[in-house]
Amino acid sequence: MLQPLIYDIGAPGRIGVNLPPSDVPEAEMPVDLLREDLPLPEVGEVQVVRHFVKLSHLNYSIDKGLYPLGSCTMKYNPKINEDAARLPGLAQLHPLIEETGAQGALYLMHELQRWLGEISGFDAVSLTPAAGAQGEFAGILMIRNYHLDKGDGQRDIILVPNSAHGTNPATVTMAGMRVHELPSNEQGNVDLDALREACQGEMRDRIAGMMITVPSTLGLFESTILEVIDAVHDAGGLMYMDGANMNALMAVVKPGELGFDVMHYNLHKTFSTPHGGGGPGSGAVGVNEKLRDYLPGPIVDVVDEADESGAPLYGFVMPEKSIGRMKAFHGNFGMHLRAYAYIRVYGDSGIRDVTRYAVLNANYLRAKLMNTYKLPYPRYCGHELVLEGHFDDVEEVHALDISKRLMDYGFHPPTNYFPLIVPEALLIEPTETEVKEDLDEFVEAMEKIAEEARSEPDLLLNAPHTAPVRRLDEVLAVKQLVLCCAPALPAAGE
Amino acid sequence: MGDWKTPPELKYTDSDEWFAVDGDVVTIGITDHAQDQLNDIVYIEFKDVGDALDAGDSYGEVESVKAAAEMYSAVPGEIIEVNAALEDSPEIVNADPFGDGWMVKIRATDLSALDGLMDAAAYDAYCDSR
Repeated sequence: MLQPLIYDIGAPGRIGVNLPPSDVPEAEMPVDLLREDLPLPEVGEVQVVRHFVKLSHLNYSIDKGLYPLGSCTMKYNPKINEDAARLPGLAQLHPLIEETGAQGALYLMHELQRWLGEISGFDAVSLTPAAGAQGEFAGILMIRNYHLDKGDGQRDIILVPNSAHGTNPATVTMAGMRVHELPSNEQGNVDLDALREACQGEMRDRIAGMMITVPSTLGLFESTILEVIDAVHDAGGLMYMDGANMNALMAVVKPGELGFDVMHYNLHKTFSTPHGGGGPGSGAVGVNEKLRDYLPGPIVDVVDEADESGAPLYGFVMPEKSIGRMKAFHGNFGMHLRAYAYIRVYGDSGIRDVTRYAVLNANYLRAKLMNTYKLPYPRYCGHELVLEGHFDDVEEVHALDISKRLMDYGFHPPTNYFPLIVPEALLIEPTETEVKEDLDEFVEAMEKIAEEARSEPDLLLNAPHTAPVRRLDEVLAVKQLVLCCAPALPAAGE
Repeated sequence: MGDWKTPPELKYTDSDEWFAVDGDVVTIGITDHAQDQLNDIVYIEFKDVGDALDAGDSYGEVESVKAAAEMYSAVPGEIIEVNAALEDSPEIVNADPFGDGWMVKIRATDLSALDGLMDAAAYDAYCDSR
């Protein structure tokens, strides 16, 4: 099923288009600009079309079926978003155009800032971070600068629960601060005793803040979140919410009202812009009054109020104590557009329904699968659920084998081995767009796989059987990185 | 219980390290259960020989196809040797976690912390309970 490269299917002189004869004299290319080592595919149009259509058929995407990759929120990307993003007046806008010539785009970004603030209960929003990890980085830099301005430069510790996304401790380290890891308790919440010990003990004056994902990466709502926030605030720290799992909260819980000081949104998860190879991310950040002046810029604001004769004038402004720019120009504007269209299409009550169905679908899967697979935390879940992908009576079968076998049933595998605190974790997120029949098909496949594990475990251990390639050698892939298709240029002097 | 090995002469932590004592030199590695849980190990990094560690400090990092984890020393002291062979061939830890797959040797400044660690039976029970 593997396809040849496009370089291998052509022949010299074969072309895809017929150009009219040239009516000007042909000029020779300077010899020193001609390269022998840069082949160009010479193929006809039909060959090109078939080549790429075949490749696209090998790919698995959300347009093809359920994509339950937990914590990634691989939700359907509505096609109306793509229509909006292709409107010529927006798609052809030059990033250096004068602000007076881009009032429509600026209005739209201003509205999106306002709506994101409304959805999460924050006072101000910046759209510039290019993805979630950059949003986190912006948030932690804001917290750091806030403490520095208060003369609290010794505050260099960020508390991070052991269920956190790996990006959280990485962000803290990137920002030049230190991680103090907190354990989770039996319910999957942050261990409050350990938190209070940290906040009241000798590191109290060094606590800059805490990063926490709500619902947690276990898919569980932190039921003691108010106590957590109080403990950190009481020690003088600020609260950062990782908004990766915002799909379980939108229009139901406002993190700003819970007491969070800053969070990032993944527009490419919660607000349906394509990701996972389909487009760049967008990691907008929202803050309360404490951090408003530190936002990365530029942000869109009204620079000249409306009078009775016309509309207000929008422009880019840098917040007073801004941590600076995260990215060239204004962030990933194409993603802002799609997120705007998404919110606009659903509206207030529609957004609440998105959250409700996301949570309902995950709990439906939980209820259906909890007798077939181990459920480490027997509670209602948020928008995703974590199961243990192993069986006491068939020790050789692991989560990875179950996931590979799911591919044979036509499903994208769930997230494997994360969160780290669950053995053989399978993190499953169906999202709100799946209908009951599709969820039932997934349940049926998971049940069959559990039966096969007992009756014919080799089916799992050798899976996938029907994918374009069989089991990949993950060790080789990690140890022998090939990051460039062309051979490396010889070093000078060789 | 699972079919991992737990040599009776070693001491164990709840973060899955083993400790072998010879005079004031302590050899540290990760357990058979730990390597089994991690799956294929692809990368190991150590702190430098000569670095001083407090009890509970990390002496290095291990990464597998499944996860990355810090490795901790339960005893304070100075790193006097690291198993450099593992940096090119980390799979040795999967094959022989208690032998050729040892990680570091530490000249301990205080051995008393080892008294609080688990013996083999307690460690097996701990693994079974997880």
